[in-house]
Amino acid sequence: MYLYKFGKMIFHKYANPTRFLKLASTIQPWAAAATIGFLLAGLYFALLSSPGDYQQGETVRIMYIHVPAAWMAMFCYTAMAAAAAVGLIWKHPVAELAARATAPIGACFTFLALFTGSLWGKPMWGTWWVWDARLTSVLILFFLYLGYMALSNAFDDPARGSKASSILALVGFVNVPIIKFSVDWWNTLHQPASVIKMDGPAIHASMLIPLILMAFAFKAFYIWVMLMRIRGEINEGKIRALRLRQVHGGPPSRTTILEKTTEGAR
Amino acid sequence: MKRKHKRLTFVGIALLLLAAAAALILAAFEENIVFFFSPTDILAQKPTPDRRLRLGGLVEEGTVTKPKGGVITFRVTDTAQTVPVSYKGILPDLFREGQGIVAEGRYINNVFVADEVLAKHDENYMPPEVAEAIKKSGQWQGKEKVKTK
Repeated sequence: MYLYKFGKMIFHKYANPTRFLKLASTIQPWAAAATIGFLLAGLYFALLSSPGDYQQGETVRIMYIHVPAAWMAMFCYTAMAAAAAVGLIWKHPVAELAARATAPIGACFTFLALFTGSLWGKPMWGTWWVWDARLTSVLILFFLYLGYMALSNAFDDPARGSKASSILALVGFVNVPIIKFSVDWWNTLHQPASVIKMDGPAIHASMLIPLILMAFAFKAFYIWVMLMRIRGEINEGKIRALRLRQVHGGPPSRTTILEKTTEGAR
Repeated sequence: MKRKHKRLTFVGIALLLLAAAAALILAAFEENIVFFFSPTDILAQKPTPDRRLRLGGLVEEGTVTKPKGGVITFRVTDTAQTVPVSYKGILPDLFREGQGIVAEGRYINNVFVADEVLAKHDENYMPPEVAEAIKKSGQWQGKEKVKTK
């Protein structure tokens, strides 16, 4: 009960963009430091201090980029859908911005996963691309990100764009479990899960360590860039409000509304 | 009920219905979503030669022949049934006996004539020394399971 109240307090407190900006500027340098630290350690293990694979040889090192990127592709979509839901249901202004800020980052991770997967597929499978359930569902994820971005920027009024795109984000979330379980539900060219599975990872520790380090680096990078993008969105909103005030002599703009909702959820 | 609670209920129900719809669609298209058929499927279906399809399974040990005029033959097994395959072309690096492969082509006169062979690799990653040690101790289970559907 106490935890619930505490959570509720945080939830409402950081619905105020100005307060959120303060929190963001505190977290951001830590996220940046964590990204660089984990990336250096991860790359050292991934490229220098880990063995080749018994079957794939040195080519296995593509995994240390490909797999964390693919995890982040799904993680970012989940985060985006959750933020979109909070924005839609509780009208939480910062959650809406977080969803908008996450989309391009998730799209980049998805592209990276598809691209490195293709480079890996050619030498190992013998093909750049096949239309199996895993590859196809990840390509759909990429298009969902692009669709979300296009839709959220398609309206002159950002509030309307946010509503329409939030609904798209939630509908598209159906695809995330399909991606995860595609390799179990159907036979695919892509191999089944190696790390996140019921009976423990099927990767030797010497290869699992660099993989986990890289995954942490990618996650810290996401937090870093996402906060940066939210700050950008908030500032952009402020500029838009100022311009509107200059032109019209002061109809209430979205940002002034945002600023007033210190209590957040209505 | 407050408005936000109404919205929460609405979004929750909508998502549940959506998930159910997606599950039904995927179940209906099951046959089209599978990437390949196992030897058991092929022998049960007896596909006609005009149909292009994919065959997946393990390359049976000791069945790979030396290329004659560029044509290589081997048998693909799912440990229950086997199908003979003939293929003319370049094999992927991972192709070897006991390896999982997916071949694309047509089933003609009880032989699968492939025009493309892809290697499938399993979910196990380990350094060569570890693989060697496991093989020596007799605990090797490297062969992937082929799903029969």
